[in-house]
Formats: sequence, structure tokens, C-alpha cells
Amino acid sequence: MSKKEELSKETIEHISKLALLDLTEEEKEKLSKQLGDILNYFKKLDDLDTTNVKPTTHPIDGLKNVFREDIPGESLSNEEATKNAQHKKDGYFKAPRILKE
Amino acid sequence: MSDTPQDVIIGLEVHIQLANLKTKLFCSCSSDYRSAEPNTHVCPICLGLPGSLPVINKKSIEFATRLALALNCKINPKFWFFRKNYFYVDLPKGYQISQYNKAGGKAFADGGKVTIKINSSKKEILLNRIHLEEDPARLVHKGSIRTSPYTLVDYNRSGITLIETVTEPVLSSPAEAREFLNQLKLIVQYTGISDLSLEGTLRVDANISIKGHPRAEVKNITSFKEVESALIYEITRQKHEIKKGKEIMQETRHWDGRVTIPLRTKEFEKDYRYFPEQDLVPIVIKKEFIDEIKDYLPEMPNERVLRLQKQYMLSEFDAENLILDKYIADFYENGVNKDPTFGPDEYKLYCNWLMNNIVGWLNENNKKIDETKLKPSHIIDLISNIKKGNITTKIAKTLIGDMMKGNSISKMIKDKGKKRISEETIIEEYSREVIDENPRIIEDCRKNPKAIEALIGRVMGKTKGQADPKITRKIMIILLRNMRIID
Ligand SMILES: [Zn+2]
Repeated sequence: MSKKEELSKETIEHISKLALLDLTEEEKEKLSKQLGDILNYFKKLDDLDTTNVKPTTHPIDGLKNVFREDIPGESLSNEEATKNAQHKKDGYFKAPRILKE
Repeated sequence: MSDTPQDVIIGLEVHIQLANLKTKLFCSCSSDYRSAEPNTHVCPICLGLPGSLPVINKKSIEFATRLALALNCKINPKFWFFRKNYFYVDLPKGYQISQYNKAGGKAFADGGKVTIKINSSKKEILLNRIHLEEDPARLVHKGSIRTSPYTLVDYNRSGITLIETVTEPVLSSPAEAREFLNQLKLIVQYTGISDLSLEGTLRVDANISIKGHPRAEVKNITSFKEVESALIYEITRQKHEIKKGKEIMQETRHWDGRVTIPLRTKEFEKDYRYFPEQDLVPIVIKKEFIDEIKDYLPEMPNERVLRLQKQYMLSEFDAENLILDKYIADFYENGVNKDPTFGPDEYKLYCNWLMNNIVGWLNENNKKIDETKLKPSHIIDLISNIKKGNITTKIAKTLIGDMMKGNSISKMIKDKGKKRISEETIIEEYSREVIDENPRIIEDCRKNPKAIEALIGRVMGKTKGQADPKITRKIMIILLRNMRIID
């Protein structure tokens, strides 16, 4: 059994920044424990002996080259496409400005 | 700090839209989005809606194979796509489906090279790899990216097939980068995968550093013309910072058409958390598939240069100029092959008219050859009328504009009878020639001013009677007065 660990505060802060999430101190503490638990659970896999197992990148072995022909099909209408958007303008999705002040 | 160009290290990542594909990379939405209303060429896949599943466009693989062969890359027999994770409004899924050449992954093809000519010597620009990926959405800013209070997003572009060509960091000046892009553009045009004439078909990111210092990546260079200015700006900025004793930051900067501004700082590759895309199965490329594409691969620009020299007895200079634009070279071959009586002289004449006069007119009027009514046969007609003496070269040159509108020289001669030349600069040129060629008549003029009639007659003869006699007389008098031949 591998040893239990929590995600460090630095890691939590780094990945929340990458995910564009602002976390409170309490949330950071809660998440470092919860995410640590999840990772520890997955670490059970380390207990298996995989010496003779080939690495897998895709779940269905042997399936390859699934293609479509280059023939245009139906698209959604603008109304359908933007139906669930909270913020829209002139047929566009509206998002926050890109550069920070 | 020395200012030699060897101090500068440039690597380019060139993103080219495979604009000749009809659909996107992973869905059947039409890729013909340029004149479409925003968000009308979209579906659950390219909008990144939950539960949607991508399927690869087979032709994308075929087109990538063509480019890989044309660039002499080594195509990888097996690869799979990766998710490149980052959050940005142009990526609806929170990741871009791309390729990755680490973590067991492979690019579409590795290596390759493009030969450029710089100061008339050849240099091989080595490539690192080419790979396929999906285009992000198009962002629209109200005003500039700096001042816009919000960002508008159009996903019509989201999922269009991009092929990325990555050079080794071997370019040493903005001029070399420009030359490299010109050659790459040519090769892409010749493969028939994208004609690169549409706006936004090309985007360049440049990694720029001064030897011994960290590099900055400049994004959003959106045209061939801008590459040189963006590079010159960034090199000057970095050299200036170093001179002031500041350290260059490893960062991503945005080219706004005038300057580069910091975008995201300290972004590292591991932050993209690449992992294999499970929604797509691996791709295996067989040798037979590559061989079949190779058989149908169109002639490449360097091969065409050699053939044009051989087939039409053109100089290397003429052949190299002709192939600079595939459509001009096609026009040339269409034209010279239309007339079976053409020989080396006509091949050369046709080339001269096309390259000096027609291309000159196109550049001045900012048009492409297929946007005019000029037909390859128009130049044959022009050459034959000059040969038969129906029109002079000088006059024909003044009729190029009319010819571009679809009027043949023969028709113009027939319609207007003999075309009057009243343009003073042209008459003056003829008059000067006549003066140079007839020293004896000039001597006569000193004694007898009436001898001027003989000179005017010679101008009329040279122009097949097309020069306006009144204007010719006026100009001849002025010229002779300036030479103090007559009072
Ligand atoms: Zn779609």
C-alpha cells in the first residue's frame, strides 16, 4: 500500500489558476484533502504488478482509422446554437475581455 | 553588445488552414465560413457540447500527407491525437485537440526542409515537425484587444483543420523568415491543399531570442507582410531591454499590428497537461497509402523551375519568377501552349509581357489574375499584332489596362481604327529616338528649320501613323530648341 498524502497548497493554487478559479482559503484546504483522497484511491493501481503488461493509450485495443468523408452536413441554426448562452450579442457569444487591467 | 544578425535566433510555428477542405477536422460543418453569419456553421461537436464525439475527416489526413511529402518530412506510421488543456474563450471544450510528440505521442511527420535563397545563396531551413490540430474560434473585439470591454466569439472557425509547421530555431533574421514563408506558401499552393489567398488562412507564432537570453513567443501574426514587421519590432525591443540591463522574460506576447504586448506570462508546457484524446482512435498510415498520394502529388515549385527552363528555353531567372505565383505560371503555360507556332522567341516574349506588364498592372491595382478578364490568348494576340507591325510595343503598353478588361488588341485596333497617340511622354520618347538616329537631318535643321518636317515624318513612321501630328510638332520644336538647334 502506497503512502497517503494531501495535495500541497502550492499545487492547489497552481491548478486553480490554470482552471481560472478563485478559491477561498477554506476551499483550498477542503480541496487539498478531497483531491488528495481521490489521488490516493487511484494509487491502489500501483499495487498491481504490471511488469508484463504493455502500456495502453486507448481503451479499445486494435480499433484504428475511423474516418468520415469530406462531405458537408447540416449545422445548427444561430438560434439553436446560442439558445443556452447567458450572454450573447448580435449572433455572437459574449465573453469577458481578454487582457486584465 | 554586437548588432550582428547571428545574435538573433528565430523559430516559427506556421498555422495554415487547409482551406480546400469542404468540412471541418472533426465534424461535418461546412468550412466555407467566411461570408457566413456568426455561429451558423456550428454543431454540438465544434461547440464542444457535452456528449458530442469527434470523427476525423479522411481528407485532412490525405492533405497532411501531401504536405509532408512536399516538405520531405518522415511520416509517422502510427499516431494519435492529444488534448491540450487550457482555458480561453476561443476553446469551447477547455482543450484543443492537437498532436503531441512526447508522452508516447508522435507528430504527423518529423523533420523535413525548405530551401530558401537569401542574397543569392541557398540555405536549408530545417523543420522540426508538422502536425494536425483544430482551429480555435474567431474572437471579435470592439475596438482593439486592449480597450474592448468584452469579447465576442464566433465558433464558425472552431474545428477548421489547421496544419502546423514548426521550424527548428535556425532562422537568423526577419528577412530569412520572410523568404522561408514565401517558399512555404508556394509549396502549399502547389500541393493544392490551400491557396492561402483568403483572409485568416495563415497565422504565425514566432519564438524570438537574442543569443544567451530567454525567448519570447509572439502570437497573432496574421499575414505574410506582418511577419517581418513583428519580428523587427520584437528584436529591437529585446535588444533594447538587454542594453538597459533588464532580463528578458520568458513570456507570450501578442502582436497587435504595431507593437507586441505581454499576454500570458510564464506558461509552461506541462501546464497544458497533454494526454491522449480518448474520443478518437489511433491512426495508422500504411506505405501503400503514402505511395498512392505520392503518385498524384502535383509538380512542386523547384521541379517546375527546371521544367520551364527546359521546355520553354527560359532563363533560370525567368523560370524562378514565373513560378512565384502558381496561378501566373499556370496562365503562362496555358498561353504559350495555345499557339503551336510559338518558339523560343515567343516563349520569352510571352514571359516578358506577363511578368513585366501584366503582373505590374496586377500589383498596382491590387488584383489577382483570375479577378480580371484577361485570357491567355490575349497575350498571343498582342504578340502577333506587334510582329505584324499593326501596333508598336510602346503603344501596346498603354493598352494593358483595356486588355485586362477583356478587350483584345485586335479588337481595339479594329474598333478605333489606328489608335491616335496623344500622350506626350510617349511621343517625346519617339521624338528623342528620331533625333538620336538622324544626326544629318538635325544638321539640316540648323540651316533650314523646315527640315523639321522630315523629323516629324520619321516619328509618324515609327508609330505607324498613330502619333498626333500637332503634338508631335510641338514636342519636336521644344526638343530642338532645348538643344539650341533652332530658335
Ligand atoms: Zn461542427
